[in-house]
Amino acid sequence: MGLDEQGGPRPTMDAPFGVALTELGTSRPNIIGLTADLGKYTDIHPFRDAHPNRFFNVGMAEQNLVAIAAGLARTGFVPFATTYGVFATRRAYDFVAIACAHARANVKIIAGLPGLTTGYGGTHQATEDTGLMCMVPDLVVIDPCDATETMAATRAIADYQGPVYMRLLRGKVPIVFESTCNFEIGKARLLLSGTDVGIVSTGLMTERALDAAMQLRKKGLSVGVLHVPTLKPLDTTAITEFASSVRSVVSAENHVVRGGLATMIAETLFRARLQVPLKSVGLPDRFLECGVVAVLQERYGLSTDRLMAEVESAAR
Amino acid sequence: MQSVEVDQAVLDGLRARALNMRRHMVRMARGPGQGYLGQGLAIADALAALYFHEMRWSPADLQREGRDRFILSTGHYSIALWAVLAEAGVIPLTELNTYGASDSRLAMSTLDTSPGVEMIGGSLGQGLGQAIGMAMGERMRGTNARMFCELSDGELQEGATWEAAMAASHFGLDNLVALIDCNGIQADGPIVLDMEPIREKWSAFGWQTEEIDGNDMGSVVAALARCRSRRQKPHAIILRTKPGCGIRSLEVREKSHFIRVDSTEWDLLAAELNQEAAQ
Ligand SMILES: Cc1ncc(C[n+]2csc(CCOP(=O)(O)OP(=O)(O)O)c2C)c(N)n1
Repeated sequence: MGLDEQGGPRPTMDAPFGVALTELGTSRPNIIGLTADLGKYTDIHPFRDAHPNRFFNVGMAEQNLVAIAAGLARTGFVPFATTYGVFATRRAYDFVAIACAHARANVKIIAGLPGLTTGYGGTHQATEDTGLMCMVPDLVVIDPCDATETMAATRAIADYQGPVYMRLLRGKVPIVFESTCNFEIGKARLLLSGTDVGIVSTGLMTERALDAAMQLRKKGLSVGVLHVPTLKPLDTTAITEFASSVRSVVSAENHVVRGGLATMIAETLFRARLQVPLKSVGLPDRFLECGVVAVLQERYGLSTDRLMAEVESAAR
Repeated sequence: MQSVEVDQAVLDGLRARALNMRRHMVRMARGPGQGYLGQGLAIADALAALYFHEMRWSPADLQREGRDRFILSTGHYSIALWAVLAEAGVIPLTELNTYGASDSRLAMSTLDTSPGVEMIGGSLGQGLGQAIGMAMGERMRGTNARMFCELSDGELQEGATWEAAMAASHFGLDNLVALIDCNGIQADGPIVLDMEPIREKWSAFGWQTEEIDGNDMGSVVAALARCRSRRQKPHAIILRTKPGCGIRSLEVREKSHFIRVDSTEWDLLAAELNQEAAQ
């Protein structure tokens, strides 16, 4: 804590998840807020303040957090349970798989510090969380890009009946999309069309994909961006269509490449018998270091500059 | 309870060590302007007593076979471990300024690659089980080594802690000492889930227990001495500690899990430490 930041020159919004959940809580008395001793650090404090009777801090106990959420769901409530992605997945995996997914319990797991968004080291960097969660049957998995989409997705998963794992961008979150961002569970969105290289991105990497594409356009390269906020169910139709319209594809994700979006795209294209070169930007198959987030993101290729370089080399 | 005579000169020496360690910690946190100083200052006395009195270990050979081991379960308390190792001459004092910096050995949470670290911390609740494995391993190897495992009051909320607590007494691990740092805070502030009565819980799980003021050197040294008894029961010392202990303005400040201090304030904190030591 203290080592986490999200950069970006765009305007930001404070605690978009907490704001959206608080609003939902006002109109829907069945929404519950839960955390495992990370309330302050997962932006659920606005909900706690507005709806104290429907907020529970279960202590530092992530397995029990998920179990309690599943129990609440069985009595008609819609629990939103927050912790860090590493603990929701690595520690509580069996509980997520069985108490939530197998039971099709209406539980929403909100997971902080996705991918490489903290300099705290391997214990806190959820680098393989969506991969793990995508392997669990019947679970919806979402990696939003910005504040607008975080709010839209929060509302959408509250309406959706069933278990969801959503990555959380916390604190001051950049605003990339207009308020009409048209988030829909299971749908990818074409943000820019291009003919040379197509970037297929998810989560915060979409912001960088847009920046990279705009800059490369000035250099005469036609770069498209397909944003895939829902990793499961995956919009394979949109990915296949997009890939057919470009000469080369670059995937971009704040997650390990192996088992992440890159792998899913490769599988999708292979099954569609589409032969198109694929490069991937994302995290390596190893535990990462501690340090300043921006430095680490640059080191592992998540910065806009590094992404641009990959796209340029894909165009060659 | 068996009473233990402790030489006054020994206690004075340990208090001086603990004071130096507190100075090292202020120096460390000053670098990034933040850190887990509250926890570090609170656990300083216990670590001084362990490393400079109770444990058999060698600063010159941290990996020595059959050594007593200190297992820091709460990785974020690393500042205290770096301080005791600096005080023992293992870490150069000049390196303390790198606390929390990119690629420093002295990370805000322990790493496998840092000196004197017996296990990577940070994912809480993993320490006691590993300490049990080490205690079983050393017992099978026929060494007399003892395992001293620190854990925190927040960690008592993790299920894995109690799985370990059951196993330790089941396996009769009298070469294991759990030091439970009850500082009354956790990430969201004052303890969010009541864990009391803590001592009774550990007794009920089959541990030899005692509860002491973890910032009183005499009590700490005496309690550790009593843990030398080998009666097929693991030992638990419940340390009641004060976050920020030794620096009054931190002690009275809002109980904070993660301390940030303005750059102008550091000299004042260092001065307070010296002042209290002089009293
Ligand atoms: C398994 C796990 N869950 C959550 C966290 C996040 N976290 C780090 S420290 C902390 C508070 C733990 O309580 P305690 O160690 O008693 O806190 P302190 O005395 O240091 O404030 C939490 C929840 C973690 N590191 N590991």
